Amino acid sequence: MTDERCTVAVVGGGTAGLALARELMRVQVGRVVVLEREAEAGGIPRHCGHYPFGLREYRRLMKGPDYARLNRERAKAAGAEIRTGTTVTRLLPGGRLELSTPCGPSSLAAERVVLCTGVRESSRAQRLVSGDRPGGVLSTGALQGSVYLKGIKPFQRPVIFGSELVSFSAFQTCAHLGISPVAMVEEESRIVARKLFTPYLWLKRVPLYTGVSSPRILGKNRVEALEFEDCNGALQTFETDGIIMSGRFRPESALLRRSHIAIDPGTGGPVVDQFGRCSDPTYFCAGNLLRPAETSGWCWTEGIETARRVARDLGQPAPSTSVPLVTKDARLRFVVPQRLTATQLEDGMEHMYLGLETAVNATVMARCGDRVLWSGSLRGRPVRRITLPLGEILRARPDAPVELTLEG
Amino acid sequence: MPAISNAGQSYDVAIIGAGIVGCALARRFTLDGARVVVLEKALDVLDGASKGNSAILHTGFDAPPGSLEQACIAAGYREYLETAEKLGLPVLKSGAMVLAWNEEQAGQLPQLIEKACENGVHDVAPLTRSQILKREPNISDTVLGGFEIPGEHLIDPWATAHAYMLQALANGAELIRDAEVLSGRFDRHWTLTTTQGEVVAGHVVNSAGLYGDVVDERLLGRKSFSIRPRKGQFLVFDKAASNLVSTTILPVPTKTTKGVVICRTIFGNVLVGPTAEDQESRTDASTDRSTLQILRSKGVAMLPGLASCEVTTAYAGLRPACEYQDYQIAYHADHACVTVGAIRSTGLSSALGIAQHVAGLLGLSGKPLCNPVIPQVDRLSEYHARDWQEEGNDGIVCHCELVSRREIERVLDGPMPPATIQGLKRRTRVMMGQCQGFYCTAELAEMTRGKLKRPLGCDHDG
Repeated sequence: MTDERCTVAVVGGGTAGLALARELMRVQVGRVVVLEREAEAGGIPRHCGHYPFGLREYRRLMKGPDYARLNRERAKAAGAEIRTGTTVTRLLPGGRLELSTPCGPSSLAAERVVLCTGVRESSRAQRLVSGDRPGGVLSTGALQGSVYLKGIKPFQRPVIFGSELVSFSAFQTCAHLGISPVAMVEEESRIVARKLFTPYLWLKRVPLYTGVSSPRILGKNRVEALEFEDCNGALQTFETDGIIMSGRFRPESALLRRSHIAIDPGTGGPVVDQFGRCSDPTYFCAGNLLRPAETSGWCWTEGIETARRVARDLGQPAPSTSVPLVTKDARLRFVVPQRLTATQLEDGMEHMYLGLETAVNATVMARCGDRVLWSGSLRGRPVRRITLPLGEILRARPDAPVELTLEG
Repeated sequence: MPAISNAGQSYDVAIIGAGIVGCALARRFTLDGARVVVLEKALDVLDGASKGNSAILHTGFDAPPGSLEQACIAAGYREYLETAEKLGLPVLKSGAMVLAWNEEQAGQLPQLIEKACENGVHDVAPLTRSQILKREPNISDTVLGGFEIPGEHLIDPWATAHAYMLQALANGAELIRDAEVLSGRFDRHWTLTTTQGEVVAGHVVNSAGLYGDVVDERLLGRKSFSIRPRKGQFLVFDKAASNLVSTTILPVPTKTTKGVVICRTIFGNVLVGPTAEDQESRTDASTDRSTLQILRSKGVAMLPGLASCEVTTAYAGLRPACEYQDYQIAYHADHACVTVGAIRSTGLSSALGIAQHVAGLLGLSGKPLCNPVIPQVDRLSEYHARDWQEEGNDGIVCHCELVSRREIERVLDGPMPPATIQGLKRRTRVMMGQCQGFYCTAELAEMTRGKLKRPLGCDHDG
């Protein structure tokens, strides 16, 4: 089989992938093909039937499906080829992709491949929630797909498990269905989304339980109840016909895990340098596959910035000499990028992105051997966006691994 | 109450229970020329003990020598390997190793090897610590020694039973689901009263699994054993974990500890389990966080790389154990009835052997079919060619398990369509992957609309 060829193949037509494809066409790199496994490109916003989307990108307040449609139309209008119903089944060294299409298998060879496969939520099993395995336990993604794409109402009075931003998105989906959740339940000791969401629950008269333990799902065929110990150790039982397992995003890395590309255990996504370049330098990555999980607006910007880096790399590949950026502090869950190419300072990410395991209020230092390249203060909580400047670290031109340490 | 289907006409055999054993019995009797009806209490086949096991095709090397269980496993194993190819059932010839992790276990190894030989499994061979680590470099170097059993293989536990039942159906058997046997009268032939009406049959075989003793009481007014369900919880790791180990790792059974198995599945995952928890309930197959955490740490102790692998899912199976060690297969000649009870955890391996044995006991007089129909099931193995690699598959619906639209539609419109989403999962692998339905639930809800007895959407939504 002779490979079909293109300049850049974009794996995943969500927000990052579509913004990236459009920008690549705008800077005229050549032929750009977006490979989308769903029947329609657009990604997760397609089934987020609520506000606010598009403010940063289009200076308009939109619902998710309209935003996804606009991203799709703009990428198409710019000349990107969007192939739906096309699953990438293997990533091969040097930018060769094996594909499955409704007609059968095929392949595609690209000068650069950008992975934009996004994120998904952790399942009930991945959180090791005890109990029976009845129907009616859904992720927010599955709920919203059923409701907004297929017009199916999965339950009447669900419990929302989790208290992240997406948990409130699930809340809005319930409102759209004309139903009200019976409770919001969180294993962390406090609400994970910003505290200013608490009055919202109060207003809607939905009880919030934080710091719960030993959650257990009861029900033979359908969910009948959720049982847990509240923060005082008292057993609570909520009769419910559905459980929305929301949040705890993980990069959708099934394809990566079957490939030759290095994975960072911290993020669950690929190891990248400040250009978003993977261990195989023909592969780049943008959007939420880089780390769980950011807003669509953020992914859109990342897509555009990565497009420029890819375009530049096509003309003049960046040097391949890089050093690891690591951390051993257990309070830091991950850092992006995981490698630094200090021999080229321009055009890379301006910030590193940190994920925290617990709340942190400390001084962070970037060390290279005995040298302190940079230090600053770090204050934040898990799941929140935390960025720190990369410039000084790069300008110090580290030639050995850079380690982030927390003091205090 | 009205009689079901072939009114006025009776069946040669009524099989109660469509687990792995009931399916194998249905196939055997049908191929032997009998008119067979299978009565299943649940909405779908494989809804009881057979839905959760370790999916290993055992040689029976560690079964009690001279037991009925050992004989049925040995016969079942042989027939499986002969027929798997014909039925399109995948076999992954992984082999297994029994490994010792302490001196007590190491002391048991010679007896276990001797037992294997006594059971006719002669290709077992002792392994030194360095041989083990050379073969499986990712397992913990705290291993002391062990032996290999090359004949232990991995199979698809659901497709196996489905294939047996589909072959029975294709050759004239009938399957009635949602039909619980409430009582029976024997007067030269059996008249069974079920929740779906009356069924008349010359013989009855009770393969009701977790309800074997209950059905015996309903039919014969007595029981010769009492089911004591034993729950086994399993953790399923992401496919990336399958790079860590290729051989099935079996524990040395000792008096003090009951070890866990680590094995790949034919679907490309890695299993760690089971636990062994005796309980009263015949339905409680719940999992428990603290138990799963213990399982995970036991797995990590043996295979340290598992620590960084994601869990895909967890499940529990209920084994129909009883107060006796061996299978409880009894022919009640005066009642033209066979009880096939207490088929604990080896039923997947022994089912075809059990079917041969029961056919021998009953001695039905039918004429074996000369050219039986051999239906094909979709091969869902990660290690064999799949439908998504073929032309005209209509696209992939479940992206984690690469299940094509064509595969799903074939099953929904097939001769034994699923009644529940669980049934569809077992037949196609949809929603069984890493995302557990995050991506494909909506599409499946639409594809199955109006086709399942228990729909994915809200029941009271119309």
